[in-house]
Amino acid sequence: MNATLTETWKQTISSLSEGDAKEREKESVVVNASVKIEVRNLNFFYGTHQALFDNNLVIEPRKVTAIIGPSGCGKSTHIRVYNRIFELYREQKATGEVLIDGRNILSPTVDVIELRRKVGMIFQKPTPFPISVFENVAYGLKLHYRLGRADIAERVEKALRSAALWDEVKDKLNKPGTALSGGQQQRLCVARAIAVEPEILLMDEPTSAIDPVATSKIEDLIETLKQEYTIVIVTHNMQQASRISDFTAFFYQGYIMEFGTTRQIFTNPVNPKTESYITGRFG
Amino acid sequence: MKPLRSLWMRKTINTGVTVISTLAALLGILILAWILYVVLQRGYEAINWSFFTELPAPPGMEGGGLANAILGTMLITAFATVLGIPLGLMAGVYLAEFGKQQPLANLIRFTVNVMMGVPSIIVGLFVFTLIVMPMQHFSGYAGALALAIIMLPVVARTTEDMLTMVPNSLRESALALGAPRWRTTLGIVFRGAKKGLTTGILLSVARVSGETAPLLFTALNSPYWPSKLNEPTPNLTVTIFNYAMSPYEDWQRAAWGASLLIMTAVLSLSVLARYFMKDAKR
Repeated sequence: MNATLTETWKQTISSLSEGDAKEREKESVVVNASVKIEVRNLNFFYGTHQALFDNNLVIEPRKVTAIIGPSGCGKSTHIRVYNRIFELYREQKATGEVLIDGRNILSPTVDVIELRRKVGMIFQKPTPFPISVFENVAYGLKLHYRLGRADIAERVEKALRSAALWDEVKDKLNKPGTALSGGQQQRLCVARAIAVEPEILLMDEPTSAIDPVATSKIEDLIETLKQEYTIVIVTHNMQQASRISDFTAFFYQGYIMEFGTTRQIFTNPVNPKTESYITGRFG
Repeated sequence: MKPLRSLWMRKTINTGVTVISTLAALLGILILAWILYVVLQRGYEAINWSFFTELPAPPGMEGGGLANAILGTMLITAFATVLGIPLGLMAGVYLAEFGKQQPLANLIRFTVNVMMGVPSIIVGLFVFTLIVMPMQHFSGYAGALALAIIMLPVVARTTEDMLTMVPNSLRESALALGAPRWRTTLGIVFRGAKKGLTTGILLSVARVSGETAPLLFTALNSPYWPSKLNEPTPNLTVTIFNYAMSPYEDWQRAAWGASLLIMTAVLSLSVLARYFMKDAKR
């Protein structure tokens, strides 16, 4: 009891002294309530090969934005900038700006670990860690929060419930995550990502490696998750994009050819390239 | 167009090559079986309770055993493992996770490959000049260091290979959750490569537990209990070397017994390593 009181005190004191700095930061960063991510003149290079050209995009909060386009057009490359995961590879470089809540996350002063807590990612292939189902979900929690056992168990359950997986795994929490079916593994990855309470979820073709039934479960999940999270999903499946997304960006050879509401893109595309892609003439 | 050789000719060549290669393989297995048989046959009469519990007896005396050498070998190997494995693992981590194809990493990789090929007696001489000469006496520590130097490149290379086999998607997932690089490596990538890493460690232990030459110049040998490693330390391989060349029959018998013991230990380590490997490759 005493310990928590002291903790609160310390926080109060530090927030008082930081107050001025925060006030100043607020002035310089104009937070627009209808913009979660703003991409400005994003260029991307694999070594000397340029993969993205002057991408500009605005992503609204608590909406699903789909990124579509033929293979190799830079869809995945584009969203892999949002959490700076591309930096794992020395030869990959991004220039331009990606503003999340008004702050350029490509700036070297950004705390990448905090950025990645805020921006979760689901990959094409399910990637459960070689540890138990429970530990998979608890992994991120333990990275970012100092929690007691009971708190962790509670949050793990909550995350698994939000990922619509709890009923299927509640009796196998100690089984290895790799022992689940493909679709379950992918929902485990979703649970793992949302356990750390991110604000944005990036999904890189999350259903391309799993069966149709599991796919429809993930799609239902996206539908409910968007009430809380801003979702950006890369997909090859145009029906999927039209079913689940509010906005759609069409990528072609590293350029964003067209961006608009999903309804507009699919019923009344302006760019002839977009039209021929969504009607299946190439891709 | 006529074929270069007749059908009959091709079939004969084919059969010939098959027969020769089969014979070559059989010869290899035969020699191994022969060694196993001889060591087993000669060694088993030396193996009894006192072999594992008593100090060596002077030639001609009844009883006696190699308990001190067994314990000494275990101590030296254990100490070598403690020295060599963490270093080798970390070197492998550097090569696979951080250095990759940078010039420094390539230099280290080349050096490690060369180190794997260095004859073990040279490692023994190296440690002799490095530790034994300045200290003016042989010691178990020097022996352990020599063995650790032999282990280091083996562990480093297998670690690199095993870590490279872990798919990048696993690293990305951990990093995307906000894990720092070192936690990704130690917590996730290591776990993914656990079986392969275990195999590498077991094989390197098996490799050094049969080494004699590096111990000749470092740990030497002793007929007493190893009370501390800071003195000449009894060990099985040098004991085999000494006893086998002695003119005494009971010493020669003890050498066969020691050979059987070491062979069994190395063989079981290798089998264990294979068992882990089978799962690791999946």
